[in-house]
This record gives sequence, structure tokens and C-alpha cells, in this order.
Amino acid sequence: MTRFSSFNVSALLLGFTFLYLPIILLILFSFNESRLVTVWAGFSTKWYVELMHNQGIKDAAWVTIKIAFISSTVATLLGTMAGLVMTRFGNFRGRTLFSGMIYAPMVMPEVIVGLSTLLMFVTLAIDRGVLTVTLAHITFSMCYVSVIIQSRMSSYDDSINEAALDLGCTPFRTFLLITLPIILPAVISGWLLSFTMSLDDLVIASFTSGPGSTTLPMKIYSMVRLGVTPEINAVSTILVGLVTVGVITASLIGKRQKQQLAQS
Amino acid sequence: MSIKEIQIPVFLKRIFNGRKAVISIPYLWLLFLFLFPFIIVLKISLAQPVVAMPPYTALLSWGDSWWPTIQASLDSYLFLFSDSLYIKAYLSSLRIAIISTILTLIIGYAIAYSVARAPTRWRGILLMMVILPFWTSFLIRVYAWIGILKTEGLLNLFLMTIGIIEKPLIIMNTDLAVYIGIVYSYLPFMILPLYANLEKIDMNLLEAASDLGCRPIKTFWTVTIPLSLPGILAGCFLVFIPVVGEFVIPDLLGGTDTLMIGKVLWGEFFYNRDWPVASAVAIIMLALLVVPIMLYQKSQEKAIS
Repeated sequence: MTRFSSFNVSALLLGFTFLYLPIILLILFSFNESRLVTVWAGFSTKWYVELMHNQGIKDAAWVTIKIAFISSTVATLLGTMAGLVMTRFGNFRGRTLFSGMIYAPMVMPEVIVGLSTLLMFVTLAIDRGVLTVTLAHITFSMCYVSVIIQSRMSSYDDSINEAALDLGCTPFRTFLLITLPIILPAVISGWLLSFTMSLDDLVIASFTSGPGSTTLPMKIYSMVRLGVTPEINAVSTILVGLVTVGVITASLIGKRQKQQLAQS
Repeated sequence: MSIKEIQIPVFLKRIFNGRKAVISIPYLWLLFLFLFPFIIVLKISLAQPVVAMPPYTALLSWGDSWWPTIQASLDSYLFLFSDSLYIKAYLSSLRIAIISTILTLIIGYAIAYSVARAPTRWRGILLMMVILPFWTSFLIRVYAWIGILKTEGLLNLFLMTIGIIEKPLIIMNTDLAVYIGIVYSYLPFMILPLYANLEKIDMNLLEAASDLGCRPIKTFWTVTIPLSLPGILAGCFLVFIPVVGEFVIPDLLGGTDTLMIGKVLWGEFFYNRDWPVASAVAIIMLALLVVPIMLYQKSQEKAIS
């Protein structure tokens, strides 16, 4: 079966319409002249101009990017370690608990994670702010990174590592010189996923943030509660655009690397 | 003396053992920032609310004696079971999660199946198109539906313009809007594990079935579905478990009568400032979800190894 059947074509068309239409409409109405989001009154970029003058949104965006950058970097480091531990370290005491702590945060309702992390910070008298949000984001992001690394390692050929070790390379150098370059695309996609998840998070940030650490999703949420406005559409469009460009670039890099590997 | 000289390097080697360090850094992180907080939630759920900061009583108090006295109270739990609101919210969350998981499974299966059966050179781009919305903000995707579903929104405008309906449909702030929002937001979580499984199915098995005279529909039910069961299970867990505690979707799309426990917990914490009750709500939710979470962990470990 190498052709599309009519069922497949209609399922894909309907499915993709369902997935994309809301986002396309959202983008379209960010260019609407009228303040009414549902009545088209001509093309205008005035909501973007207005956005540029909204200090609250700019501050929140800066805080969010800072948190996302730091948390995704640390999460990639910890998650890569956790992924290697799960796939290459055999059995060790407490492995079941470790695996549980990696899979549970991925499905755990966010309100539970947010509440429990916050209560811990309060108990330890750690002031809520950028730091606490970053710590909370690292914790759930590293689990996603570890799963990406685990699935990459499942098709990893161990004989090259063994060759390096036999030739007297230390385990750490073997990792740095052999394993890391091979699994790098998985590490990069882990970093990207962590970055966007941190950029995205509303619930956990709402629990763990304090004064001065309002993130962009928190800002958008408080605006949405007041009603639908073209300004929210404009800030959403910018975010959607950035993420789309990022994901497509990442996948093109991955594709080119695969082609280079195939050629060599 | 000589024994000591040998022991010190061994001892040092143990401390700087690379293997142990690589295990213990992520291990300690998760213990401290994921597991330990649950113990604190359990502790606070046994406390009583007070007007102070932090707004709950201490579990252990050191009086005159050297031994601390434990002041645990089950008041918060008793309160949850005495007020029917909470039980209703748990049941309604489970109902909404089950129904939306089934809806997501049906729609997700059709899409995953179609992607897996598409010509090979199309699969990459189709899968990419499924994943792309998953990368864009959850909040924004839910927000996009408000403009579509509200009474003077785009859907009603469209249906009235082409003359299918005369009066606008009331969808916004109902359970239906919550279902639409959940299916929309969680669809990629269902499609990805399903696709990973469907793609691996050996086409020869399907051909063998049809060669032996099995009709396509029967082949689908007796061969394809059983073979994709691990994907179905993984997808259902990935949707069901987080949806039980969902907050954003019922808050933005649901009405005042849409009861979901995630919303109740949020309200107890942020509006009522009753931390012990919020903690008790979380502990009971966790008790409901611990079996599905463990089953999910088992299925994932099996899939990777």
C-alpha cells in the first residue's frame, strides 16, 4: 500500500483542519482593524504596535525567556544523565523508584506538581521568584529529555563505545568524544522541547512564582480572563511564529545530519 | 599503617566514582524536587488552617518536653467527604476524563492510522504537521477556541451566514466546549504513541489475512487493533491522567457548573487560601491516579527496552 486511500485522505484533511483552523483564525484576527475579534474590519498592524508599548508584556516576556533558557539548559544536562543511567547503567539499588520519578512527572496533573513544589519552597522558607519557577521547570523538563535520550539510546550501537574503552579511553572521554556527538540531535531536540515547555507553562509557574516573576503565560492568562482582545491574538501570533520557525529549523538540521551520516 | 595507606585511595575512589555520581545527581534532584514535596503536601493536609504565614498549623511542636508532640488532624479529609461538592467534582473529573479519552482515541486513531498508511515519503512531513501544534502554547490553543465557540463567535457567525441555524448555538461555557478543548489540546499525545506502534506493524500480516479471505474490516479489528494495543494504552494514559487534574481548559472554556477537581484545588489554594484542604484534595487525587501512573510507567519501560 503506497497510495493514499480515500478514507486516509479524508481523515487527514479533517484532522489537520481541526488542528490548524483555530490557530490560523487566531493569527488572521491579530491583523484585524477592529477591536471586535469576530468582525473583520480591514487589515492593520496596530495591535502589534500597541504591544510594543506594553511594558507589562515586555517584562513578562523577558522573565519567561530567562527562565526558559536556564531551565532547559540544566534540564538537558540532568535529563541526558538520567537517560544514560536508565539505559546503560544496568541494575542499581533504587532503579524502580528512579524510573517512577522520571515517568510520573510527565503525566502528573500540573496542579499537583505546582502545589507540592510550592509547599516545599514555603516549608524551606525559600522566597518565591525567578529561581523557584526555574527549579520547578527543570524538574519536569528533565524527565522529557531523559525519555528522548532513552529512546535514542535504545538503537545505539554499544560496540563503538567498547572499542574506545578497550583502546584505553576513559568512560568520561568516551562519552564526550563518541556517544555525545552521535546522540547530539536527540540532546538538541530535548533542549528545544524543554525550552518550549518552560515558555508554555502556566499552572506550575502560577504556583511557584512570586512578585516580580510574572511569566508571559501568566500575563496572557490574566488578560484572557478579562476577555478576548486582538492584543492577545498579536502576542500569540508572535509566539506561534517563533516556535514554528524554531521547530522547522531544528528538523531541517536533523534531516541534514541524517543525510550526511548516510553519505559518509 | 600500611593498611591505612591502601584504604585511603580506595575510599577516595569510592567518593569520586563516576558511575555513582552520574546516577546520584539526577536521582537526588528528583528525590528532592519531585518526591520530597509530596511528603510535605501529605504533612500539610494533616494540619489545620490558621490566619498566618504560612497559613497552617505545625505538625510537630516542641513544648516543654524534649519529645515533640504530633498534632495531626483529619479535619481536611473529613471536610472533603462531608461536602458533596468535592465528591461530585472527583466523579465529574473522572467522567470528563474517560469520555474525552475515548473521543481522543477515536479521532487520534483515524489520523495516526492514515499517517502510518501514507506513502513513505509523505509520512515525515505529515507527522511533523501533527507535532507542530503540540509545540505551540497550550494556553494559546485553548484561547483560540474562545473566539470560535462563544455565542457571537466565528462558528455561530459561519453557521448563521450559510443558513444552517437561525439562533446561535450555546457551546461556550458548557461541558461540550470542555470536551472540544481537551480533545484538541491532547490529540498529539494520543497520535504519537499510536503512530509509533502502527508504523511498526508488518504489512505482510495484513496481506496474509486478506489472502486467507479476511475482509478488510475484520482484519482491522482482529489484526491491526490487537497489534497496536501498546500504543492505544500509552496514548490513553497520556491523555486520561493529566486530564483528571486539568485546570486551564475547564477554567477558560467551561461554565460555572463544569466541576473539575483541578479547578477546585486551584480555588481552594488561590481564592480560599485553605492550604490544608488544597493539600488533601491533591492527596486524594494522587491516590486515584497512582495505579494508572504505575501502569503507564510499566508500559513505557517495556516500550523502550
